[in-house]
Amino acid sequence: MSRLRFRPRRDIVCREAVELVTDYLENALSQAQHRRFEAHLAHCPDCPEYLAQMRAIVALAGSITPDDLTPGMREGFVSVYRRWRDDEAHDPV
Amino acid sequence: MAEDPDSELVSRARAGDEGAFAELAGKYQSSMLSIARGYVPSGAVAEEVVQEAWIGVLRGIGRFERRSSFRTWLFRILVNRAISAGVREHRSVPVADMGPVVDASCFDAGGTWQVPPEPWADQVDDQVVAAKISARILSAIDELPLQQREVVTLRDVQGMSSGEVCAVLDISNANQRVLLHRGRSKLRQVIGSEFGRGR
Repeated sequence: MSRLRFRPRRDIVCREAVELVTDYLENALSQAQHRRFEAHLAHCPDCPEYLAQMRAIVALAGSITPDDLTPGMREGFVSVYRRWRDDEAHDPV
Repeated sequence: MAEDPDSELVSRARAGDEGAFAELAGKYQSSMLSIARGYVPSGAVAEEVVQEAWIGVLRGIGRFERRSSFRTWLFRILVNRAISAGVREHRSVPVADMGPVVDASCFDAGGTWQVPPEPWADQVDDQVVAAKISARILSAIDELPLQQREVVTLRDVQGMSSGEVCAVLDISNANQRVLLHRGRSKLRQVIGSEFGRGR
């Protein structure tokens, strides 16, 4: 019944793990890949830090708050908006 | 679809509230400029493209049916304007940039770290450190190749879902993940070097 035997999969190595990090965080790995990735993390001394750094990057990027508009820019937006509102009043869609 | 975070602002802007419009503008303007700059030759043209996009938004906001989120619709308008104003072909993942995200010399022949990453992730929890690094990450995002910058800006800075990003950029989810992976990996290197070593 050799047909039914699963092909033994070798463990993933660090070089492969770093390429799978985003798919792992995106939940895009197959179940088997996901298990192998986590099995690697469980015994690797360095890849957990790598994963933590990628998570930190996501958190840092998410913490960027857009600069507030300068008063001049705000005025510009408001005047564009007012022109539009006046046009709409005269020529409603 | 998840609830549109801009739903209320959009309703108010439609109803004549200029403050709501200014708030939407403030929220998206810098990301829009960053993306537009990748398509057109100068910052001045990028500003024009962004302004045109906002005018397009106002013209269409009365007919905006909320089948997508406001931000998906907004960035879609922006990208279309940028493409028609731009000089470069867009789409497709550049093949030239498909090498490994960590330099091969960091691994031994078996693929195990021989030059492991210097630890810094836990330092980011420190508010002061995070504040300093945030400024650097913004400039690092601006230095990414266009497609990576687009995906990282929309996903990680603006917090959009992968589905929204794919709809804005008209790319597959698989491509989106490749670009996100490469972009985030480069940011990790840049921020790592801020902490001492960028491996």
